[in-house]
Amino acid sequence: MIADALIGPFLEFEFMRRALAGCLALALGATPVGLFLLLRRMSLMGDAMSHAILPGAALGYLGFGLSLGAMTIGGIVAGVVVALGAGLVARSSVLKEDASLAAFYLMSLAAGVLLVSLRGRNLDLLHVLFGSVLALDDASLLLIATITTFTLFALALLFRPLVLECFDPSFLRGVSGLSPIAHYGFLILVVLNLVSGFHALGTLMAVGIMILPAAAARLWARGLTSMFGVSVALASASGVVGLLASFHADLPAGPAIVLAAGGAYLASLILAPGGLIGPRLYRRPHLES
Amino acid sequence: MHSMFRPTLASLLLVLALVATPLRAAQIEVVASFSILADLARQVGGERVNVTSLIAADEDAHGYQPRPSDARLVRDAHLVLANGLGFDTWLERLARSAAHATAVVVASEGIEPLTGPESHAHHGHDHGDMDPHVWQEVPNVLIMVSNIAAALGRVDPDGAARYAENAERYAQQLKALDADIRSTLSALPISRRKLITSHDAFGYLGKAYGLRVIAAAGISSQAEPSAAGIARLIRQLRRENVPVVFIENISDPRLIERIAHEGGANVGGKLYSDALSGPDGPAPTYIDMMRFNLDTLMKGLLPETN
Repeated sequence: MIADALIGPFLEFEFMRRALAGCLALALGATPVGLFLLLRRMSLMGDAMSHAILPGAALGYLGFGLSLGAMTIGGIVAGVVVALGAGLVARSSVLKEDASLAAFYLMSLAAGVLLVSLRGRNLDLLHVLFGSVLALDDASLLLIATITTFTLFALALLFRPLVLECFDPSFLRGVSGLSPIAHYGFLILVVLNLVSGFHALGTLMAVGIMILPAAAARLWARGLTSMFGVSVALASASGVVGLLASFHADLPAGPAIVLAAGGAYLASLILAPGGLIGPRLYRRPHLES
Repeated sequence: MHSMFRPTLASLLLVLALVATPLRAAQIEVVASFSILADLARQVGGERVNVTSLIAADEDAHGYQPRPSDARLVRDAHLVLANGLGFDTWLERLARSAAHATAVVVASEGIEPLTGPESHAHHGHDHGDMDPHVWQEVPNVLIMVSNIAAALGRVDPDGAARYAENAERYAQQLKALDADIRSTLSALPISRRKLITSHDAFGYLGKAYGLRVIAAAGISSQAEPSAAGIARLIRQLRRENVPVVFIENISDPRLIERIAHEGGANVGGKLYSDALSGPDGPAPTYIDMMRFNLDTLMKGLLPETN
């Protein structure tokens, strides 16, 4: 009976299997990227970048209609322009990276809203910006899976410099010329995964599946490897729980998935070793003096 | 002298003509909330009126946000036409904020509205209890046309006779359209008179012409579908052996394609529901729209003969 409620929907309906595949691919690709964002104290940057993507996607839509390719390329171009522009300003002016990024993404967001309301008083665009995890077609699924695969390989290549950047950025800058490559390569990964996430969950919700499982994992695990494992597992579980909630409780799927991840975060906040009452639950004898 | 005078006189006449033109063609400015209503007003008003539609052709009325230029249009209009029944409540507010002297005329006045959703899955619908898509039933449009003619006659008494005449002529075309729809659809076997779309805008069409209408995502295109709603629809498609589902001109087609695929149905052509197409499209006027929709319905629903 319980197994039926948990597995039945996926057995009976292909759209549920597609949604699940999309969620798992996002969990594998976007969540590790989110974990690096978190460790580099750039969690809010994910949110900023997701807004920066809007005008590119809007332009793609206005030019070519509801075309996956045009909106994807437009979103990637807008995101990369904002990320690189902000980085350039940060390195060659007195503004710090957060300030220049804020300036760029606010302009980008305003341009996006302008484009949406100027030409497209049409609701289609909003449908797409809020994502449609329940209507993933072959092309969208392929796109998400491709971006996830690319992300995993790129993360493997950039792993050492990225980890160094997380914990001691000045050391990396001192010993190697890889620092800018790692930094900008990583920003491009963020943009790619946000674009892949917005096809499924929409630009706003895509950040949720990046950051929430990563934050929860940080509360449970101390080592980097276990943090990756926990965050991907939590993100996948949020996808499954969110889809099942959407199926059984008649809720919209995108918000249900992100709220499931939010629930995992809140539970971790209370129960995990790094959380509020966690330290008292899991006493570590060797830490006591 | 004589020959020099003539060009001067000619240009004087030309200037007089230019000055007089706007006076002679002092048209009645009519603002309608959306393209279908604007077309009805054009049919009735003829050359005496200049009709502007606030929501352009092919645009979705549900998420519409009025712009300052809309307020100016409403302020300068002699007549403001709304559909009513919760379809364009913003127009009332817009007219009030634009300090419009005359009231907004509700074209659907006197039509018996469909109340209460007939099918399931109507979460998040934002029209209140009444279905505003009255124009999908041609006899309702006859009422709208006579409302519009009466309203135009009130703001432009000189043209009242002309408006009545136009309305009468247009009503004949509408009656022919109504008869055509009935006779064409009667060729369908009862078991195939089923209409499934992504936005429940065809309740009146179904009621008037004997089609069973099943909606995918509730009555409003703003409602975000849940997995439960989609699953219910797929099960229904499978259970009832629905041959074909239709996409409208305003909703995300990927969802309906997915539903059709899993429910074992084909995707039929595009149906126009809340908006006309542009002048180059297949449905630039209301009558064209209804004929185009009828054509699309028949292509999808007629069983293959070969």
